[in-house]
Parts: sequence; structure tokens; C-alpha cells
Amino acid sequence: MMTLAPREFHLFQAAGRDFLYLVPSAAVFALDAATSAVVRVVTERPRPVEAVLAAVVDRFDEAAARAAIAELLQVRAIGYEHQPEEAPPRLLPMMPFPLSTMVLNVTNQCNLACTYCYEYGEDKIVDTEHGRQSKFMTEQTARESVDFLLRESGDSRTAHLTFFGGETLLNFPVLKATIAYARRRAAEAGKTIDFSLTTNATLLRPDIIEFLAENAIGVTVSIDGPKELQNKFRVFHNGAGSYDVVAPKIKELLRVHRSRPIGARVTLTSETIDVTRIYRHLTEEIGFWEVGFAPVTTSPHQRYAIGERGFDRMLDQFNALAHDFLEHVVANRHHGFSNVKDTLEEIHKGVSKAYPCGAGLGLLGVSTDGDVAVCHRFAGSDAHKLGTVRDGIDRGAQAAFLADHHIADKTDCSRCWARPLCSGGCYHEAHVRYGTTRKPNLHYCEWIRGWTDTCLRVYGELAERNPSFLERFDRDEVTAEAVL
Amino acid sequence: MTHLKPINRKAHRVVDAVDPASDRKQDVVALQQNPTPQQPHYPLGCSLVFAPGWEADSNGGTAGLCQPVERDIFDCHIGCFWPAHVPDQLNHAPGWTAKCASAQKDWRKLDLVFPG
Repeated sequence: MMTLAPREFHLFQAAGRDFLYLVPSAAVFALDAATSAVVRVVTERPRPVEAVLAAVVDRFDEAAARAAIAELLQVRAIGYEHQPEEAPPRLLPMMPFPLSTMVLNVTNQCNLACTYCYEYGEDKIVDTEHGRQSKFMTEQTARESVDFLLRESGDSRTAHLTFFGGETLLNFPVLKATIAYARRRAAEAGKTIDFSLTTNATLLRPDIIEFLAENAIGVTVSIDGPKELQNKFRVFHNGAGSYDVVAPKIKELLRVHRSRPIGARVTLTSETIDVTRIYRHLTEEIGFWEVGFAPVTTSPHQRYAIGERGFDRMLDQFNALAHDFLEHVVANRHHGFSNVKDTLEEIHKGVSKAYPCGAGLGLLGVSTDGDVAVCHRFAGSDAHKLGTVRDGIDRGAQAAFLADHHIADKTDCSRCWARPLCSGGCYHEAHVRYGTTRKPNLHYCEWIRGWTDTCLRVYGELAERNPSFLERFDRDEVTAEAVL
Repeated sequence: MTHLKPINRKAHRVVDAVDPASDRKQDVVALQQNPTPQQPHYPLGCSLVFAPGWEADSNGGTAGLCQPVERDIFDCHIGCFWPAHVPDQLNHAPGWTAKCASAQKDWRKLDLVFPG
């Protein structure tokens, strides 16, 4: 007897109809009444084909019901119980994989002392005070890093160079010299390099802002929101809050630097989960184009760690802001909630990840002394070293890293419908929580599923109500301006 | 497809792959064809199993891919599990390729092997 059983998918509703998110293909299909009925009947419990037909015969004629079953079988939303779905092959990336983004830690020093900082707090991986590493990257190392990026970028025409810290602008002279050198070397190689940096904004001066604007450097500002939220954790070494110092400088940056959209990056903690208020302050009062939020990376015992109830609260607020985003975009108005936009792009493209991010693959971090690491958060850590900018990528170490972190080996994820997008989550978060980059981040699974469901529903709504918004993602290089 | 409506890019690719009514037919293409079509296709001269060696030659380049056919024979001998087509170099015919330094030039020197 041919018994029909559900395959892996997530059923969600948007714009008054059912949609399927198929796993692991990450395809999104809209269902009509017949396919909806069949999916619901089969999901209740596996049934023989005749029983499925009998269950829907009062609403659809047999030919329509059979056609609906056939289509669902074709896309593997359902299958025959006696033919279990084969696990997808465990394919490792072809090597050498071109490097597209290099994050350069030009210093590991900072003029702030944010209490939650993963680089300086109790959860730090590398001793940046007393360790062997130099505190500032030299111009020579930065040049070698640029050569490394151009060499390892393979056939790609464009490479991305992100300056990071510590506080990036503490080493502005090297940053400035490196950009000039990189432009020259890239031109010789027939390539272009796109530059960006992250800063806490305390050291912005008119001449620096002018330089950033003239060179079209992408700028992300780390800021946590209105004064009392910003000053809770983002403090100077003497404990004084930084809001009054940074706010006027950021406003000046936003006024002068118009060549690239400027985004804010907010760290959420158990004491500062106020997403809507933070968003409104940073966009309406300060003037940021985009705001992205990320929960603080910390071991669970810290007082500012977000616990289970905190994640629920965060999800409620993310959902409210996502709803706001949807209403804006349906009316063809800009909305700068970048978390939802980034996920929508991945959903639209049907991304199904073997790895949670590009770390160790298309993205690498470089420490002040030129060691290459999985990403910037591991820069300087010997345990996560993948070569040096002088000697190149240690292909053996890279292959071992990729072999060790494939989604096929994360058994906790093997039954989760959100794994095409999550793939276990941030390596650094896992390292801090569980002491290993190999473990999936089980402490936020519910949150990820809730958030992915929200983004899928926003996606479904947009597919019905403003599909032209989604078509913008079809361009290869989507800039923030192009996406409203 | 009339009941399911593909929404995202991946769904369109799934439909292209499985829907017999899809206008994008599967095709046979040479590995060197550039650009490779963005739809399911059978690369000519290849097994359907993904194995390094078919996409890149033993030097990591594309000069010695499994076309022409003599290269195919040679790669089956060393690199691939396809034992029925070539002599067993481990046990019975260790010297089968001794006279063939370069597959593309010397493939005529590869001879039949008779059980002795």
C-alpha cells in the first residue's frame, strides 16, 4: 500500500494563504486550497493515497486532489513512507575557495571599556593586554595583508576589506595609508577593493569624517541606543558613559558622509532589550539609515546575558518592528531594520547553508601581527589560526576546520526546519557558551525558529503585496540604497 | 505546476528540475562549456558522482579533464572507483601504465591485459 508521509518543511501563513518552506532545499511555495488540504491531512498522520483522497473529496474532485498530491510529491514536500528521504550528500567546498572579505584588526586597543565586550571582558579568547601580540598593526603588516587579500581573492573582481579593532580609529594613520596602498595594488591587479570599518564614534573628527566621505568608506557605528541605554555598558575606562561624546560626532558624520549609507549596530543585553525604542531613537533622532541588532555574546552566568525569557521578549519586539518594516515596504517606503532585510534576501535567494557564515571560507580575520584566523572574533587565537598573511592560508588547517563544522555533522540540527538559514549559528557564540566552535547554539534555537518564521511570513506577505521589492534582491550586488 | 506556485528563486529552480512541463530541458553539456548552464545537466564524460578529479585535473587545473576520452580511461584507472573498465593496478596489472607517461600523448601504449 502506498502511504503518503510528510517530508521536512515549515508550513506558514501569510496574506491569508498557506506557504511551504521546504527543507533542506529552502524553496518557498505558495499553496492553493487543494495542496493546503493535502498537506494538512498528511501532516496529521501518514495515510494511504486513497485515504488522503477520501479525506478531501468533499471539497475537491478526484482529479484535482490527485494533481495536488503529484505536485507535492514532485517538490518532495511529501513522499512515500516506504521510501525515506535520503540525507543530502556531505559536500565540502571546492578549494581553493576565493577570499571575498578580510577583516583587519588594526588594533586590539580600545578607548572604551564596554563591560560586555567579548574582546576584553571575562569571556575573552586572546589576552590583548599582556599577550604576545602587538597592540597596533604596523603599516608593513597592513600592506602584507592587502597583498594577501588580492592574492587569495582568486578570480573575483571585487574584494572587501573591513577595518576593525579594538577601536579602529585609534590606528587611523595606518588605516589611511592602507587604503591608499590597497587602491594602487588593486588597480594594478585589475580589481577593486571595497572598504568599510566599524567604530565606536568617539574619535570621529572633521578631517576623519571628510576622509571617510571622500573615500566612500562604509561605516558601521556600534551604539546601543538612547543615553541611558548607551551609558549602561558603553563606558570609558573611568566608568563615564559615552553617549554625550558620540551623539554629536555621529550627527556630524551622518551630515557630511553621504557617499554610503551608514548603519548602527546595537548589542542587546538583558538590561537593554527595548528594540522599538532603540530603533526609533537611532533612526528618527540620530538619523541612521539602518539599524542592526545582535544579542550580546557571553557565557550564561553574566548578569547581562539574555536568558530564556529575555529571548521571548526580544522576539516579541523583533516581531513588532518586523511588522513595522512590512507596512513601510508595502507602501514603498524605506525602513532600516537590517536584521529582517538581510534574512529576506537569504530567503529570496533560497540560501541553504552548510556553514552558518563565511568564516574560514570567504571571510577571514587578521590579527595585529598578521596571523589569519577563522574570523575577526578569533584574531590572534592560536587555536583558531588558519595561516599568516605572509605565508598564506594554511590549507590543511582550513580544510580541517571546514570538515569539522559541516551542518551534516550537527546532529542537533538534523531535525530542525530552520537549519538552511541558521546552520547552527555563530562559531564565536558557541565557543563562549560551550567551549567549542563545533557545537550548535542550542540556547537560542527557539528564538531562531520564531524569528525565521516571522521573516518567512513577512516574505510571504511581500510576495503577495509588493513582489517588486523582492525582485530587487535578484540583482547580483544589492546595495542598501537599492533596497529602499 | 498548477497547484503549487513557486515564490522564491530556489522554488523556481526546483520546478525547473522536476516539472516535466518546464521549458528548460535538461541537457548534455561538455565540462569545458562556459558558462555552465544554471540548471540540472549531465556533464559529458563524467560519472554522476561528485568526485574531485572530474571537475579539476590532478594538478588542480582544467587542462587534463576527462575529455578527451583517453584521459577518461586513465582517470578511471587511478583516481576513481570504476574497476570493471580498467585493469586492476593493485594486484594483477601493476605495470599497465608503465609505458604511458602522459595520458594525452601516450594513451595508445595502454594495452589489453590478459589473465596470466
